[in-house]
Amino acid sequence: MVVKPVTRRRLWTSILFCLLVLLAVAVTAPLVGSTRIDYTAALTEDSIDREILFRARIPRVLLSLMAGGVLSVCGVLFQALLRDALATPYTLGVSSGASLGAVTVICFGLELFAGFPSIWVGALIGAFLALLLVLVVASEGRRMSSFTLLLSGVTINSICLALILFLQTFATFGQSFAIVRWLMGGIESVEYSTLLWLAAVTFPVLAYVFLTGREWNLMAVGEEWAAARGVNVTRLMLTGLISGSILTGVVTALTGPIGFVGLIVPHGLRMRLGADHRLLLPCSFLLGAAFLTVCDTASRTLPTSGEVPVGVLTALLGGPFFIWLLKSRRRSLWL
Amino acid sequence: MSAFSLSNVGMSYGRSEVLSDISIEFSAPGLTAIIGPNGAGKSTLLSVMAGLLTGYRGQCLFNGREVRSWSRKSFTRLVSFVPQRLRLEFPFTAEQVVMMGRSPYCDGLFEAPDDHVEVEKAMMMTDTLEFRSRDFRFLSGGERQRVILAAALAQTTPVLLLDEPTTFLDLRHQVSIYALLRQLASAGRLVITVTHDLNLAAAYADRVIMLRKGRLAAAGPPSEVLSSERIRSVFEVEADVLTGPHGKPWILYGGEARHT
Repeated sequence: MVVKPVTRRRLWTSILFCLLVLLAVAVTAPLVGSTRIDYTAALTEDSIDREILFRARIPRVLLSLMAGGVLSVCGVLFQALLRDALATPYTLGVSSGASLGAVTVICFGLELFAGFPSIWVGALIGAFLALLLVLVVASEGRRMSSFTLLLSGVTINSICLALILFLQTFATFGQSFAIVRWLMGGIESVEYSTLLWLAAVTFPVLAYVFLTGREWNLMAVGEEWAAARGVNVTRLMLTGLISGSILTGVVTALTGPIGFVGLIVPHGLRMRLGADHRLLLPCSFLLGAAFLTVCDTASRTLPTSGEVPVGVLTALLGGPFFIWLLKSRRRSLWL
Repeated sequence: MSAFSLSNVGMSYGRSEVLSDISIEFSAPGLTAIIGPNGAGKSTLLSVMAGLLTGYRGQCLFNGREVRSWSRKSFTRLVSFVPQRLRLEFPFTAEQVVMMGRSPYCDGLFEAPDDHVEVEKAMMMTDTLEFRSRDFRFLSGGERQRVILAAALAQTTPVLLLDEPTTFLDLRHQVSIYALLRQLASAGRLVITVTHDLNLAAAYADRVIMLRKGRLAAAGPPSEVLSSERIRSVFEVEADVLTGPHGKPWILYGGEARHT
């Protein structure tokens, strides 16, 4: 494979291609579903068709687009931060940290605080603490093996899961029902105002992350490498940590932990585009959005008796992919 | 003019002291070789000077200013650092790795045309153009080492710090890299390199710094520093020091074995 250097032109053509894929998915997805919609009725009069299209399908598609894009970007970010292609919010336990934060908020009945969805704050703090824990474990040696990283992720996952189940025993029946969805992620229809909040929080963070793409290249090589080439490593790591927690936190607060999006999409893109983060970050957002939306559309149209949460589907796809990735990595890269 | 001035520099990792009481000056131009047995503190000294270990004791001034208080951007426009090895997780190409050397000059997201010119030049000097678009991870050890050297050359700094730049290189490339370093030093740059090869140090360096257990054992021109007594006491091997064809010291190891 010959990878050309990244120029503005190559950036824009790649983004344009991914954008076209995204648009195709975004336009088709709301048209697919278990109920047939009469579009003239939906667009012209107050009808049940209109309700389904504008209250159920479109917000759901928008949420899956945002969640998929954000989770992919988080994958790329964590992979660069820890220099490991297997790092994602899910495998590191950051998603479970966010879940735990959200569940804690639900259990103490603080769901709305001063009009702002405080579940988000809980999830954000949970994600931040989990990520901080990973980084503390990671910085023990100069560079840790994937095994250590994944083991610490598994451990954080189990601890958070145990705490969620523990908290559930204190919860009322209604709260208990709300908590179960934090165990496996799924996309549901949400209010447009929630989507606006989500966009308002994530877009500035995403823009910041995209604009530091060149520095993330050096970081993905090594901290010392970056520091010897003019990057303020402490600042970049700190902002990466904060950005990653915000992104994972707010998305997890809305969807619960959805795994493997941040693994499949960035890996596929790296095989095609190379490792340059200036391309990888925006393209991961666009294709991650398309990927999760396709998965979610499949999950709500599958001929099962109940709806399959999309997290189940991505785990079924991503799990085997993860194992394949683990097996196919060159021995020398392990050391 | 670029210059380092170290006084009483020390460094510890936890409780173990790896450097102590290093006081020495370096100024451009010149090629200095740092030698010493394993664990003598050579790489640590280089990392302190490169500003990568900020927890050092004493004073380490670059151009009159403490190394740790420089902004990384302005410091790395003047000083480049070549690590011993580089392991990549991600599929960066050789050219992308070299391009990272231009980072101190980039403010935005993209490199300027000038940056591409410097990268081209650096890759030409290190004989790496032929595999510019190949995945760095799949290059041989020697090819990788030349690529990371190219990244430092692309940084176009008056000072180069190199940590064993020729460890994995074959004879031809060892010689050509040292010839290149010599040429850079003669053109006015300050080049400081860690090496295990005393003969390369003797042949190319105009100054040799010898470290032993974290302390300065000797410093001066190769012909003064590289004596058989000193090599015996510092490296704990028998060595004969002869005079090579150009009047440079020429070291033969294992003298004991040859005499028996």
